Amino acid sequence: MEKRIEAVKMQKITKNFGQVVANKDVNLTVYKGEILSLLGENGSGKTTLMNMLSGIYFPDSGEIFVNGREVTIGSPKDAFDLGIGMVHQHFKLVDVLTAAENIILGQKGKLDLRAAKEKIAEICNRYGFVVDPDKKIYNMSVSEKQTVEIVKVLYRGVDILILDEPTAVLTPQETEKLFHVMRNMKADGKSIVIITHKLNEVQEISDRVAILRSGEYIGELITAKTNPQEMTNMMVGRQVVLNIEREEPVNPKPRIRVEGLNIVDIEGISKVKDVSFTMNSGEILGVAGISGCGQKELLEAIAGLQPVVSGSVKYIEDDGTEAELIGMDPRKIQEKGVALSFVPEDRLGMGLVGNMDITDNMMLRTFREGKKLFTDKRKPAETAKDIVDTLKVKTPGLETPVRKLSGGNVQKVLVGREISNAPKVLMTAYAVRGLDINSSYLIYDLINEQKREGVAVLFVGEDLDVLLQISDRILVLCDGEVSGIVDGRTTDKNTVGLMMTSLQKSDQVYEKI
Amino acid sequence: MKKKKHEKLFHMVKRDDISTSVRVAIKLGAIVIALVLCAVITTVATGYNPVEVFFSFIDGAFGSSRKIWITMQDTAILLLISIALTPAFRMRFWNIGGEGQILMGGLGAAFVMMNFGESLPSGVVMLLMIVSSIFLGALWGFIPAICKAKWNTNETLSTLMLNYIATQLVAFFIVYKVPSGSAVIGIINQKTRAGWMPELFGSKYMLTILIAVILTISLYFYVNNSKQGYELRVVGESEKTAQYVGIKVGWVIVRTMIISGALCGLVGLLLVGSKDHTITTTITRGLGFTAIMVSWMAKFNPFIMIPASLLIVFMNKGANNMASAVGLNESFGEILLGIILFFIIGSEFFVNYKIAIKKDRKKNNSEKSENKGLTDVSKNKYEKY
Repeated sequence: MEKRIEAVKMQKITKNFGQVVANKDVNLTVYKGEILSLLGENGSGKTTLMNMLSGIYFPDSGEIFVNGREVTIGSPKDAFDLGIGMVHQHFKLVDVLTAAENIILGQKGKLDLRAAKEKIAEICNRYGFVVDPDKKIYNMSVSEKQTVEIVKVLYRGVDILILDEPTAVLTPQETEKLFHVMRNMKADGKSIVIITHKLNEVQEISDRVAILRSGEYIGELITAKTNPQEMTNMMVGRQVVLNIEREEPVNPKPRIRVEGLNIVDIEGISKVKDVSFTMNSGEILGVAGISGCGQKELLEAIAGLQPVVSGSVKYIEDDGTEAELIGMDPRKIQEKGVALSFVPEDRLGMGLVGNMDITDNMMLRTFREGKKLFTDKRKPAETAKDIVDTLKVKTPGLETPVRKLSGGNVQKVLVGREISNAPKVLMTAYAVRGLDINSSYLIYDLINEQKREGVAVLFVGEDLDVLLQISDRILVLCDGEVSGIVDGRTTDKNTVGLMMTSLQKSDQVYEKI
Repeated sequence: MKKKKHEKLFHMVKRDDISTSVRVAIKLGAIVIALVLCAVITTVATGYNPVEVFFSFIDGAFGSSRKIWITMQDTAILLLISIALTPAFRMRFWNIGGEGQILMGGLGAAFVMMNFGESLPSGVVMLLMIVSSIFLGALWGFIPAICKAKWNTNETLSTLMLNYIATQLVAFFIVYKVPSGSAVIGIINQKTRAGWMPELFGSKYMLTILIAVILTISLYFYVNNSKQGYELRVVGESEKTAQYVGIKVGWVIVRTMIISGALCGLVGLLLVGSKDHTITTTITRGLGFTAIMVSWMAKFNPFIMIPASLLIVFMNKGANNMASAVGLNESFGEILLGIILFFIIGSEFFVNYKIAIKKDRKKNNSEKSENKGLTDVSKNKYEKY
């Protein structure tokens, strides 16, 4: 660290989108051979800043220097010519082409797949990637696609690599693999900028941390000399308590009993195998498992959205009367008086309507109420205003389409709506995925509040640290089967991690990246 | 890195919000530019004075009180079809089968007029006509909807195919009724006027106009404020969300298309029973397709469809008039209409984006002097348009 060479220097970068200031006078330096974490809350301008470096956006004002020379980056091609490449959060690959074809796409010169494959193999060997160049993208897992994206960028001879939330879609094992590759690239003298929300990853991988808040550059920290609390405070701008409270459940009673549930998907693959468990009122039941292990199907089956092969889901009233939910659609469940709320994984694709405003989204659950032919907008408007005020949703107004809100605010609207109709059962799937620290803790608080009010909560999570802190009990899924239900207070990360993979051949997990 | 430094002269910036006045200004500007271009092309291509040509346009659409009535009636019919398609479009169900649904409605009306016109009392005939045309139009909407709901078939294909079937059915009906000779069904019941829709306020155009007014208002509130309208909008935006809240997606698709088809059938009734009093395979004159454009141009807002359909009818009438008045081919009018539509639709780009022009200290010699002060302050200034 003594003699640092500046690879990229951004000076006084400003970018506005209409009235919104995305970046204001940001100065950022990336040194050669370092891994820099770019940290900030949702909407703090991290991605915008990096998009300007990679030629997607053009700054309104400010200068960019690469290797000491002032440059103009007007297109992604300009960026590649300067050795800058970015892997976006949403992959930009052609599904029907193979990995190799995607990697050479848009390259000039003669099409020579064999030479390209050799070069790909060489890159893979150097950094430790595993890529099958002949595999079609649509056959790939998320982490394989990400690998292709990274190789694609390296293929273009990039020295400065930008990764936008690369770990958001990866399992812990895949993340570990990615970090391994990143360290190899760093050793090779490449500079890497990683955008992430996960502070433990920041600590694990980066040398330096740069922090943005509301589009402004706040400062930088040497990773080794800081801690999550300090980083969070800088990010949020005030002292934040990084603690999830966990009270003892008060008077828990069985509320939902799942017995022998089996689900098969359209392709005939068994997704949920003989799953049985009970959810209690006033208790948070965490669900741990590698993503795609049947969590989605399980939740949708309980919500009446997923046909099942066999098994039963019983809703148990306070007085002990039971009602079978299997075979009912969400509307019937609602009409039966079962107050079941569900925060699905796909917020804008399932939980909300992206093009409708907050008020119209509030009506989704309640618009049928009353006998009138026309919808009553007064009550939903009140609910919407209530949610915006109490959950501090950042929005220009109630008439703003929800897709225009940032991820954290979209989730606040969705969770707010789902708890607004006083549920008895609340299911959440990856409730804090993609959310910054501040929004995440707000969501945890909301869930805990529901628990206190006697709601039976099912909390599907991917961050084991959080699951261990918030859950009273943890249901561990492995490949669609229950590998055990453990006490959240006494178990530890290793135990749960092992249970998540115990039914699976361990090498299979590592093969993925 | 050997590349020399280059700056883009301008680039596009997405607009966040746009005030109504700017939006209107952009649209009006587009129309003005289009008209100027039309004038230039007219002069260059024909040598006629463009002002003269424009006057013959206005004369064609509004030249006499009869012309005004006909323009209004045609506007009302185009408006009605556009409105009929709108619920389907708001559901993202691309119903391009308006033609077929109208024809089927017309067929139903003509069938009743010709078979029962003489034998049943006129009130009953009219009732039968209304029922049969609405039923047949709805049926033509129902078929592609049920296929989509059950088997997820592509509605653009099925609705388009049903147009051809409807055309052939009408052709068959005509040949069946007039087996020899001209194979043209003349004015139906010319003497008895059985099944002719009534004149309102002493005008035979009034009925269509009145129905258009009522339905424009009703459909606006149906789509935007009713529970069923809310359901169809949710289904259009995201079927998964609809299922998630327990909306029966298949039923909503079928119900909406029955409404859409029934309204088209009603237009068929008006064409046969009130306007033309005959049936041909081309009675719709392609309005089922033109209406798609009107609906889109108005962004599916029934009230904006009023000026949109008026513009198109005006241009059509004007073009026809010009063709005969100054001896130009009718196609020339359509070229002009095309230019105007191109500008109106193309101006949408400037509603969504603005062009930011880059000004550099070194190369802004050509820029106007008042901008110099700005550009001197900082090198990378933009002026936004």
